[in-house]
Amino acid sequence: MSGTLENTVKDICRSHSNDRTRMMDIVREVQARFKCVSSEAMDVIAAAVGTHRVEVESVVSFYTYLSEKPKGKVVIRLCNDIIDKMHGVERVAQAFSDALGIKFGETTPDGTISLEYTPCIGLCDQAPAALINDVPVTDLHRSIARQIVADLKKHMDPKRLVHRLGDGNNAHELVQSMVVNNIRTEGPMVLSPVNRGEAIKQALAISPVEVIRAVKTARLRGRGGAGFPTGMKWEFTRAATGEEKYVICNADEGEPGTFKDRVILTERPDRVFAGMTIAGYAIGAKTGIVYLRGEYAYLRPYLEHVLERRRNDGLLGQNVGGKEGFNFDIVIQMGAGAYICGEETALISSCEGLRGDPKNRPPFPAQKGYLDCPTVVNNVETLCCVTKILERGPGAFNEYGSQGSAGTKLLSISGDCKLPGVYELPFGIKLSEVLKQAGAEDAIAVQVGGASGAMVAPNEFERTICFDDLATGGAIMVFGPERNVLEVADYFLDFFIEESCGYCTPCRVGNVLLKERLDRILAGHGEPADLDYLQDLGETIKTTSRCGLGQTSPNPVLTTLKNFRSAYEALVKERDDGLQPSFDLSEAVGDAEQIAGHKSVHAD
Amino acid sequence: MSNTITFMIDGVEIEGKPGQTIMQAADEAGIYIPRLCAFKGLSPYGACRVCTVMVNGRPQAACTQPVAPGTVVENDTERLQHLRGNIVEMMFVEGNHYCMFCEKSGNCELQAMAYRFGIAAPKYPYLFPERDVDASHPDILIDRNRCILCGRCIRASSDLDGKNVFQFVGRGKDKQIAVNAEARLADTDIDVTDQAVSSCPVGAILKKRVGYAVPIGERLYDHKPIGSDIEAARTAGS
Ligand SMILES: Cc1cc2nc3c(=O)[nH]c(=O)nc-3n(C[C@H](O)[C@H](O)[C@H](O)COP(=O)(O)O)c2cc1C
Ligand code: SF4
Ligand code: FES
Ligand code: FES
Repeated sequence: MSGTLENTVKDICRSHSNDRTRMMDIVREVQARFKCVSSEAMDVIAAAVGTHRVEVESVVSFYTYLSEKPKGKVVIRLCNDIIDKMHGVERVAQAFSDALGIKFGETTPDGTISLEYTPCIGLCDQAPAALINDVPVTDLHRSIARQIVADLKKHMDPKRLVHRLGDGNNAHELVQSMVVNNIRTEGPMVLSPVNRGEAIKQALAISPVEVIRAVKTARLRGRGGAGFPTGMKWEFTRAATGEEKYVICNADEGEPGTFKDRVILTERPDRVFAGMTIAGYAIGAKTGIVYLRGEYAYLRPYLEHVLERRRNDGLLGQNVGGKEGFNFDIVIQMGAGAYICGEETALISSCEGLRGDPKNRPPFPAQKGYLDCPTVVNNVETLCCVTKILERGPGAFNEYGSQGSAGTKLLSISGDCKLPGVYELPFGIKLSEVLKQAGAEDAIAVQVGGASGAMVAPNEFERTICFDDLATGGAIMVFGPERNVLEVADYFLDFFIEESCGYCTPCRVGNVLLKERLDRILAGHGEPADLDYLQDLGETIKTTSRCGLGQTSPNPVLTTLKNFRSAYEALVKERDDGLQPSFDLSEAVGDAEQIAGHKSVHAD
Repeated sequence: MSNTITFMIDGVEIEGKPGQTIMQAADEAGIYIPRLCAFKGLSPYGACRVCTVMVNGRPQAACTQPVAPGTVVENDTERLQHLRGNIVEMMFVEGNHYCMFCEKSGNCELQAMAYRFGIAAPKYPYLFPERDVDASHPDILIDRNRCILCGRCIRASSDLDGKNVFQFVGRGKDKQIAVNAEARLADTDIDVTDQAVSSCPVGAILKKRVGYAVPIGERLYDHKPIGSDIEAARTAGS
C-alpha cells in the first residue's frame, strides 16, 4: 500500500473525527484529492471509521460525483437534459468531444480532462450549460466549447474560464460566477428585500407553540413538491420525543427544469437561514443542516460567509437573538450527484453517510429522522415563507394566493419562451397567464412540475397553478410547435432510469421497460396494443413503487397518453401483411442468409 | 383487550398486536400475502413490492406497514394480483433465469411465485443483462444472473451471522450484490453454514456439490404452491 495515499486518507478521516456518519464528507474529499476513491482508499477509510469495506464501496458506487476509477484533474459535466437538447447541446457536445479527442464518459489519455454528461444542473434558463469541476459555464455554443478546451489545456484552472460575471451576488467575490439570476418578477414574499433579524426577533418574542400556530394560520404548505402543511409537520416533530432534534433544509433541487432555489440561495440566503432558525426554535432543535446539491458547490463559500456573518451578529450560535438558552447553528452538507437525494428520507440517509436509498415509512422523519432523531425537512422556498410569515404576520401572507394554496410560488420557466427565468407569482394564477408573461403563447405543450409532473395540452392552459389543480415544485418547461412531446417523455424516462436508486423492483425494472416500448413506438415499430401495455405498465410502477420517484416517473408517459393520444396513434398502426409491427423480416433472416451465402426468397 | 389491534383483510376481521406488520398479523391468521424480500427473522425491507396491499385504498407494502386499528386492507383482489404478477414478470426479464437447468428449480421462490400467479412466459421483453458468476469460494457459488436484489443475504449476514459479507453497490439498473472484499467471495469470512447462504430465495447463492441432493420432483414447491404452509393454518382452524 502506498504510504502517502494511506496517510492522506487517514488524515482526511481524522479531520472528520473518524466518524462513520461523516462518510459523504470523507469520500468527497478523497475524491477531490485523488480524483477517485480507489480500492486501497476504501480499505483505509473502512478501517479508520470502523466499518466494512463493502459499505464504503456501496456509498462510492451510488453517487455520480464519486468514482473508483480515476477521473481527470478537470471534469467537464455537460448538461444534456431536454432543455439543453432543445438549445443545441448536441453540437456543443461534438465540439467538446472533437477538441479533446475523446468520447463522453472518457478521460484524455494524459489523464487530465474527463468529459461526461449530467442531468439538469439547475441552469435551464441559460442552457446549454456545463459544470467544469465546480464552475458553471452557461450559454454555450461550439466556439465557446473549443475555446474552453484550448484554455484548459493551457492553464487547467476552471476559475479562469469565467470572463464575465453575472448579476447580483453572482458577482460577489466569493462566488465569481457567470450565472445570471434572470429574476423576472420579484414578488412580495420570497424574493422581496430582506429585513435581517426582524423575523427572528418576532419569533423569539412569542412561544414556540405560538410560532407553529402562526405558520398554521398562514396555511403554509411545503414548496418542495408534496405540499404537506408545514405547521402540522413542525407540530409532529415538536411533539416527538428525542434527545436531539434537527432541522434540514432541502437544497437538493434536482427536478429537471427547477432552478428557483439556486436563485434564492444566491440572493436571499439570509431569509432561508432565518427560516431554519425559526423552525429550530419551534421544534426545539439545536442544529440545522443545509443539504446542498453537489452541482451548487460554487455557492458554498458564499453561504458559509453568510452563516459566519449571522454568527457574528448573534443570529446563530449561543443565545440566538439574545434569547437566553436558545442555541442554534447551521452546517452545510454537500450532496454528490443523485436526484433521489432530494427525496427527504434518501436525503437523510445521505446525511448519515449512507447510500441515498429512501427509508421505509413509517416511522416518518418527524418521529425518527436524521440519526433516528425527530427531524423537520423543508424546502428552501418553504423556509423563506416561514421567515416572511413571522416578519409580517400570517394575514399578510395568505392575503396572496387561493384558499387551499396560500401565498406566492416561485416558478422556474424554461424552454421555448422569450423570457426564461424565475417568476414569483401568487398561487391560483392561470397557466395561460404565466405563459403570456414568459412570452410563450405559441406553446403546444407545457410540462408542469418537472420530469415527474404532468404534460399539459393547450386545451388545459386555463387551469391554475396551485396544490389542488396543477401542482408544481416550481418547474414549467415550455415546448413550442416544432417539438415532439413523445421524445420529451422518452428523455424523461432516460432521466428516471439513470436516477432510480434501484431499491424496489417496479421502479428499477419498470422504467427500463417503459422506455423500451416507447422507443419501439418512436421507431415506427409500435402496434395499437402497445398503448394499453404502456398504460398498464405505467400504472403498475406508479402504484407499487416504494418512493415518490417511482410513484411519479411514469407521469410523462401516462399524461402524454392521456393528453396527446393522437401523437401516439399516428405512430402505431396495424400492418396489412398481418405481421407484428415490431417484426422485421429481413433482419430476422439476416444471419441465416449470411450463413447460407445467398438471399432468402422471402426477404425482399 | 387493549393489546390487540383489530382490522380487516378482505372482509375478514383480523387481530394483530402493536408493533406487528400487516404481513405478520396476516400470517398468524392464516392469510398468505405473497412476498419475496421478506423472510422470517430478518428485518422488513420493502424492496420487491410483491406484497403490495391496499390500506384504506392506498397501496402499501404489507411487510413494512404496521397494523393500525380499524384499517381496511385489500389483499386477494384481481387488481392486486395483476400488479403483483407484473412485478414477478419484471424480475424474470431483469435477470437471466433459466429454470430448466437451474439447480434451485423446485426450491426457488421466484419460480414458485410465477406458478402461483399462473405466469408461463413474461409479456415483457428479456433484458439479458451481463452479470458475473463468482465461483472462487470452495463451498459457495454466487451467480448474479439469478439475483433478484431482495437483500436477504445482506440482512442475514449482518443480523443473523454477525458478519457483513454482502452489500449492494451501484444504483438503478446497475445495482448488484457485492462482497466484502476487493472482488472475490473467497476473500471474505463467509462460511457455508452461514444463514446468509441459505437465505437466498433463488439460485443466486448456492452451496456447491449438494445441488441435486433432493431430486427434482421431491422439492419444496413441486407439489404444494408457495404460501400453502401459511394458508394451512387457516384451513385447519376453520
Ligand atoms: C424523487 C424526489 C425528489 C425530490 N427532490 C426534492 C428537492 O430537490 N427539493 C425539495 O425541496 N424537495 C424534494 N422532494 C420532496 C421532498 O421529499 C420533501 O417532500 C420536501 O423536501 C419537504 O419539504 P416541504 O414540505 O417544505 O416541501 C423530492 C421528492 C422526491 C420523491
Ligand atoms: S443473492 Fe439472493 S439473497 Fe442476495 S440479494 Fe440476490 S436474490 Fe437476494
Ligand atoms: S440545466 Fe440543463 S436542463 Fe436544467
Ligand atoms: S415482501 Fe414486502 S416488499 Fe418484498
